[in-house]
Amino acid sequence: MADYEIHEHDVLIIGAGGAGLRAAIAVAETNPELRISVLSKVYPMRSHTVSAEGGAAAAIKSNDSLDHHAYDTISGGDWLCDQDAVEAFVKEAPPEMIQLEHWGCPWSRQADGSVAVRPFGGMKIERTWFAADKTGFHMLHALFQTSLKYDQIRRYDEFFVTKLLVDDGRCQGAVAIELATGKMFTITAKAVIICTGGCGRVFPFTTNANIKNGDGMALSYRAGVPLKDMEFVQYHPTGLPFTGILITEAARSEGGYLLNKDGYRYLQDYNLGTPQPKPVLRTMELGPRDRLSQAFVKEQQKGRTLQGQYGDYIYLDIRHLGEKVINSKLPFVRELCLKYENIDPIKEMIPVRPVVHYMMGGVHTDIQGATPLKGLYAAGEVACVSINGANRLGSNSLTELLVFGARAGKAAAQFASSVNGRSKAAEALTADEIGRLENRFLRKTGGKERIAIIRKEMHQAMEEGAGIYRNEDFLKKSEGILRNLQERFSNISLDDSSYTFNTELIAAIELSYMLDIAETIIQSALKRTESRGSHQRTDFPNRDDQNFLTHSLAYREEKGLPRIEYHPVSITRWPPGERVYG
Amino acid sequence: MTTTVRLEVFRYRPEEDAEPLYQNYEVPFRKDWVILDALNYIKDNVDGTLSYRWSCRMGVCGSCGMMVNGKPVLTCATFLEKFLPGPIRVEPLANFPVVRDLVIEMNDFMRKLQIIKPWIIREQEKPLAEGEYLQTPAQLAEYKQYSMCINCMICYAACPVYGLEPTFIGPAAIALAQRYNLDSRDQGKTERHRVLSQEEGIWACTLVEECSAVCPKDVDPAGAIQRYKVTGATEWWKSILMPWSNR
Amino acid sequence: MEETVNRNPLYTKYHPKWYRARIPIFWWVHKVPHIRFIARELTSVAVALYACILLFQISAVADGPEAYLRFLAWLKTPFSVLLHAVAFLFVLFHSITWFNLAPKALVVSLGNKPVPPAAIVALNYAAWVILSLGISWILLK
Repeated sequence: MADYEIHEHDVLIIGAGGAGLRAAIAVAETNPELRISVLSKVYPMRSHTVSAEGGAAAAIKSNDSLDHHAYDTISGGDWLCDQDAVEAFVKEAPPEMIQLEHWGCPWSRQADGSVAVRPFGGMKIERTWFAADKTGFHMLHALFQTSLKYDQIRRYDEFFVTKLLVDDGRCQGAVAIELATGKMFTITAKAVIICTGGCGRVFPFTTNANIKNGDGMALSYRAGVPLKDMEFVQYHPTGLPFTGILITEAARSEGGYLLNKDGYRYLQDYNLGTPQPKPVLRTMELGPRDRLSQAFVKEQQKGRTLQGQYGDYIYLDIRHLGEKVINSKLPFVRELCLKYENIDPIKEMIPVRPVVHYMMGGVHTDIQGATPLKGLYAAGEVACVSINGANRLGSNSLTELLVFGARAGKAAAQFASSVNGRSKAAEALTADEIGRLENRFLRKTGGKERIAIIRKEMHQAMEEGAGIYRNEDFLKKSEGILRNLQERFSNISLDDSSYTFNTELIAAIELSYMLDIAETIIQSALKRTESRGSHQRTDFPNRDDQNFLTHSLAYREEKGLPRIEYHPVSITRWPPGERVYG
Repeated sequence: MTTTVRLEVFRYRPEEDAEPLYQNYEVPFRKDWVILDALNYIKDNVDGTLSYRWSCRMGVCGSCGMMVNGKPVLTCATFLEKFLPGPIRVEPLANFPVVRDLVIEMNDFMRKLQIIKPWIIREQEKPLAEGEYLQTPAQLAEYKQYSMCINCMICYAACPVYGLEPTFIGPAAIALAQRYNLDSRDQGKTERHRVLSQEEGIWACTLVEECSAVCPKDVDPAGAIQRYKVTGATEWWKSILMPWSNR
Repeated sequence: MEETVNRNPLYTKYHPKWYRARIPIFWWVHKVPHIRFIARELTSVAVALYACILLFQISAVADGPEAYLRFLAWLKTPFSVLLHAVAFLFVLFHSITWFNLAPKALVVSLGNKPVPPAAIVALNYAAWVILSLGISWILLK
């Protein structure tokens, strides 16, 4: 019995969330002859797209326009967005969203049956489509169920990729462990699309699920592809303390207030407008996320936040919205508060704090979704095109999954249809990988470190060094800690050396990915000596368009710290201006 | 003041044991810890060989279904406090083959989700340029409840019919079929009927109703199945009395 | 490289055996909803019994007045009365559970408003009472 299997396909998609499934459907529709494989470490309905709550933006109403959506996105991103990508994004957003509606997504409706939109932070005009407050859940299930229609899509559920197959200057597939048996599989393909999501689990407090470890980012990084804008980490201003569970922005767009320990709507002190009884777009609680998170830290420094068992917090108050509105527009918010913190938001205030939510940075791609490595594409949170720049506006990322998932799918399909020849290196690479995993993890003896300890110390280093406010001293300190953790990682010992569903082995490899990613975040943050969007340096508090209106690219160095280079931002029609809110 | 609680966890390591066994672990008790937190504590600090599935920790991904003291629940939504003073018995979801420890084999379920054709089936697709299909809030309300299923399979663990007859298509799959049948944009009722009206379809259900009792999302699959029984019976009569109509 | 110590001789590398729990024959005695369910299923025996008695009655009528009188005498025996009492309780349980489940199967809307489940249950009971009264009036006349 062979120790591994090699499967041939035309397109391999790693990750079966919103972007991966949309890409798979796009490949199938571009060229129905192609054999498509979709590989994911969890079953598709478990992908993290499922947790998204608020909505997906697309300009379809008559009072709106593509230029408005583009401007809101670009200014919200503090002018670090590639404007050609944003223009393509806002243009393709409406047809993609309508396509998803045709595929059955149960969007919430107006009385006349047309799709309803709601206001969202940072958007000047209402354009966020929503499905109650479980938009991501409905989008993912609609995409997954629709993907079942296509016979040419073959799924590999619960397969964990450990290395990309690069041969002849092209990415030609990947090596993965089948969780259920421990057997290694190599999938060879003419084009590979990475849709593995972000890396929130590099931080201690995050809305992200356990599976968000930056797998695809690390795989590409190790294959020589640069990671772009990694210093831009988005904090969501309202997450539950301890669990990090997200309380959607929609709670604020329906009219919730953020109050400090004195019951005061403190955002008015931070250039975000004046308090009004009803929510006004782009002001107060509907300001952009980075400004809200920064206001929290400042309140914390002034001692005006409340102190709890798991850190400081403030209150989100939606009691004044009333039972009817809460039960119809925010039922999931109420359910989350009741089930996880034993609080009823109809009667009590919800304790919240900023938590890591989204990664603006990621694998460097062009506007078609292609990375610098031929044959390798990326889409979704794992990629950085960049349309989100230095700060993402809420409700743009769900749309991004559709637009760039489709783009990457089409581009990959066209590439796969045009090339010939398969790598001969598959067998050798697979044997190598088996050897590496056996030696480093499964058969290793004498190791002393537990992965949980290394993970915890990484969390601490990232919280201190790459938090909402950063400075050189803390960044340097974290840089040292991470280097040390990388070394200690080579000395880990696993309790579990079996083959069948060995989740400890998977957790160890995920930790190795996260350590690599963490180093790129710290390095990129160290080298960017300015403050822009969600990257705020207390030692360099101003925006520096002269030197830093540019993307950072982190390249892997064989030994030592990542190397940071720079890549220009594409500016088309909107010259950099001031981000004004309120 | 309780400081620790004991968990009795089902272990099955096919490479080492021919039969399963139970292992005891003492975990710290915290008021805001759920069963999943206790399992994570065990895996991180005590015994890294314990395997189980989890992801979102907020009751929406459907990964963490397990039997706790004999009841199928989402372990991310079940507080330790409820079971004091313990011990708390944690086992894999009933009625499924066990791969390892608390991990069950679920490809049978995935196959059943697919055979009921859970996608919009239409004679004619509307071109994208013409915009969305209109669907009033009342039309949305018709199927909304059945669209809330997170595929956690807790209903299958509670269904004695599925336990005794694993060929039964099952509550979640039929509820999903109904979700599409009742969607005003869909026209695929007849296609799904062929699958649903088989012996392993709706007719295997004997209305124990445990599925709806345990569903963490109030999808009410039992209701979906009973409603379809009326539809199914009507369709059968129509096919006898009016064989010319196959709409 | 070393192999792990596999203590289970039935394991083949990369081919783990799944564990399948056996369902005991008295699986239903542990939970109240299951006991109720089995009781409800057993009511079918009572219903079948009534049907048999009816068939015997028809056969007795066909066989002539003596056969019919013998049948009536049997009906008055204590065994028959007990049997009928037990069967009646089961059939009552059967009918009540059946009517209570009706709204699950029949989701009706009048115009735009859904008919409340309680109304459907009430209608079923009403129909039952009216039909029973009607039939007993015909029989007792």
